[in-house]
Amino acid sequence: MAKDTESVESCGTGCGCASAGHASEGHHHAHVEETPFEARVDEHGTRRMFLKLAGAAVAATAAVAATGCGPNGPTAAEFLQQHYKKLTDEDKKKIFARIEEDTKARTGVTTRVNDPPPLDGVEYAYALNLSVCNGNRRCVEACARENNLPDDPEIRYIRVLEMEAGSLEFEEATPYYAREKLPARDKWYMPVQCHQCDNPPCVRACPVQATWKEPDGIVVVDYSWCIGCRFCVVACPYYARRFNFFEPEIPPDRINPNQGYLSNRPRHKGVVEKCTFCLHRTRKGRMPACLEACPTGARKFGNLNDPDSEIRKIIESKRVFVLKEDLATLPRFYYFFS
Amino acid sequence: MITALFRFSIDSVRAMLRGSRAYYLWMAFLACWILLGATAYWHQLQVGLSATNMVDQIPWGAYIANFTYLVGMAAAAVMLVIPAYVYDDHDLHGVVVLGELLAVAVLVMCLMFVMVDVGRPDRLWHMMPVIGRFNWPVSMLSWDVIVLNGYLALNAGITSYLLFTKYRGQRPERKKYVPFVFIAIGWAISIHTVTAFLYSGMGARPHWNAAILAPRFLAGAFAAGPALMIIALSVIRDKMGFPVKPAALNRLRQIIAVTMLINLFFFFSEIFTELYSFKHHAASMRYMLFGLQGHTKLVPYIWSAVALNVFAAITFMTPRLYKHQKVLYAACGAAVLGVWVEKGMGLVIPGFVPSPLGEIVDYTPSFTEFCVSAAVWATGAFIYTLLLKAAVPIELGKLRLAGAPTLSPEDYHQGHGHAHEGSEDHSHGSHETPSPSPEAAE
Repeated sequence: MAKDTESVESCGTGCGCASAGHASEGHHHAHVEETPFEARVDEHGTRRMFLKLAGAAVAATAAVAATGCGPNGPTAAEFLQQHYKKLTDEDKKKIFARIEEDTKARTGVTTRVNDPPPLDGVEYAYALNLSVCNGNRRCVEACARENNLPDDPEIRYIRVLEMEAGSLEFEEATPYYAREKLPARDKWYMPVQCHQCDNPPCVRACPVQATWKEPDGIVVVDYSWCIGCRFCVVACPYYARRFNFFEPEIPPDRINPNQGYLSNRPRHKGVVEKCTFCLHRTRKGRMPACLEACPTGARKFGNLNDPDSEIRKIIESKRVFVLKEDLATLPRFYYFFS
Repeated sequence: MITALFRFSIDSVRAMLRGSRAYYLWMAFLACWILLGATAYWHQLQVGLSATNMVDQIPWGAYIANFTYLVGMAAAAVMLVIPAYVYDDHDLHGVVVLGELLAVAVLVMCLMFVMVDVGRPDRLWHMMPVIGRFNWPVSMLSWDVIVLNGYLALNAGITSYLLFTKYRGQRPERKKYVPFVFIAIGWAISIHTVTAFLYSGMGARPHWNAAILAPRFLAGAFAAGPALMIIALSVIRDKMGFPVKPAALNRLRQIIAVTMLINLFFFFSEIFTELYSFKHHAASMRYMLFGLQGHTKLVPYIWSAVALNVFAAITFMTPRLYKHQKVLYAACGAAVLGVWVEKGMGLVIPGFVPSPLGEIVDYTPSFTEFCVSAAVWATGAFIYTLLLKAAVPIELGKLRLAGAPTLSPEDYHQGHGHAHEGSEDHSHGSHETPSPSPEAAE
């Protein structure tokens, strides 16, 4: 990788040199005796080389520090942008317009960034019927298209594990299966995505409150506030968070123009993202993309606070369970067998 | 006062710029590494953290492993401070400032390792109180930011005060700095404890989720830290003519003999608990010690670390071995390296393997990670050397304010003295070896 490294142009006139000259011309306030090993050696050549190198190092470091994120670094407005919760409606309007313009300039695609608020009295929950899931992974692809996830290198919010019959052990499972016919014999399939925990360890981990739980239970990330420390990735017991190690590239014809500020709007390298139960859809009364794409009917989604909702009936009547219950994360994502 | 402070700065900088050919070569050597690392970091800024070998399964790598280890090295300065101030060990008093300066340089390295690890360094201001949105007290990382910066401020403050008073030919006033020394002692324990809590508080990572982690961190750090200090003090003695009493080095050796055994004992306790219960949570431990499903990348690292630590422990306890300078230095090097590998490849990385969904992904640092990490280490060495270049002549009374009275080491250490405050005629006995004259060392 480092072979592509661009060489750092050093100005050579770094402050190291200048201050060095200044100091040696200074008045002799002090009485300096050389320590034994430091016996006076006036090796001008060596010293000059040293100063030059030191100056270059200082200059290079300063250059790196000044540019922050390199040539494609943040603009002043991006750099100074406040935390989501401090933004006024006026601020949001400007920011959304800026994001739309930026996408237009980069890809030529006209997008619409909006920010649907959480609905009053609504708390979402998800349930997944493991008896019918056959591991076809349509949900994974639909999610990627809906949420503007890059294909190369791939970022996916949903991971479908192929489990060994008779085992609930993840170490025996694999997400890397490729089969002609699904489901395979003696296998069963377990899709895992963000569980939108009611007690989310990732939110506690974040040092800058860039991720939080919304009133409807969805855990969101402010991609413009995340510093990219990945402590939330470390803290998540469900492997639900993704970090943008690369600058994500989406082909223009695959960009979903309907974008939520806290969900599927463009992200850049260096920040964390995750499943948001497609809040830009679900908060407008639609179903998550993964559910719509599922051909087996394994996926169920709805408002936990509505006593007549399908999700409520499943949780009340089926034998549901949550993953890693012992960690007391209180997931909003339930599994059941029918 | 202001003029004196100004001259103190000017004279210190001038002292840093003067030196022998060997000094310039050493600094040029370090500068080369820094340049290489700056170039690598520049590359990382362009392409993002894809320049590293980290992936979602291994979200932290060499940078945070080095950070974790170095926090311990910074904390280990108390292994000089506690004997010197709490037990009034006069032998260590003479070198305690050098240990505190080491902590300063190491803390700068810690902060640099965090900075190179974040995906958006331009947003680090989000962590600042008031202007940012600091998640204190909930996030352990916010605690870490506070304790590390606080410890840096304490050590920088204490050493600056001591050196500045010495430069002016005055004796430091105990009430002006000793309270801070005692705060720093507690603070030092806190920095490594908080760093351990970053890990042990993770329910998602069974390998770290153990109460013994913080004690184990401290034991390892209090072995590796003094080992590095023995090496550093020997170099300072031989190359800069600073009198380091054999008794001081011996005291450090005694400390490591105990702490390294405790470190190995904690490690063994953890291995036993995990492996004997034979639960699935022990997968990380099995991966680290024996490999899992053919993935054995970490195995050689951890066994070398154990071998190095055992070698160090035996040497530090056996007079026949440690009385030979070379063997002693080798054992110090083994302790420094052994604990480093144990913390990085033995603790940080296996915590991620298997992943929360059971995946086994191997990790070794990329070339970029290697260069950047090496550069941060070089920067630490660069800073420490610069600090020493000013501090050593000041400590020796050779660099001082024009017209300032000369203090003998006895006078000076009187000011440091803890139990005998104000007793002007207190004698330090015969263990005050005279500093070697420049001619003698030439």
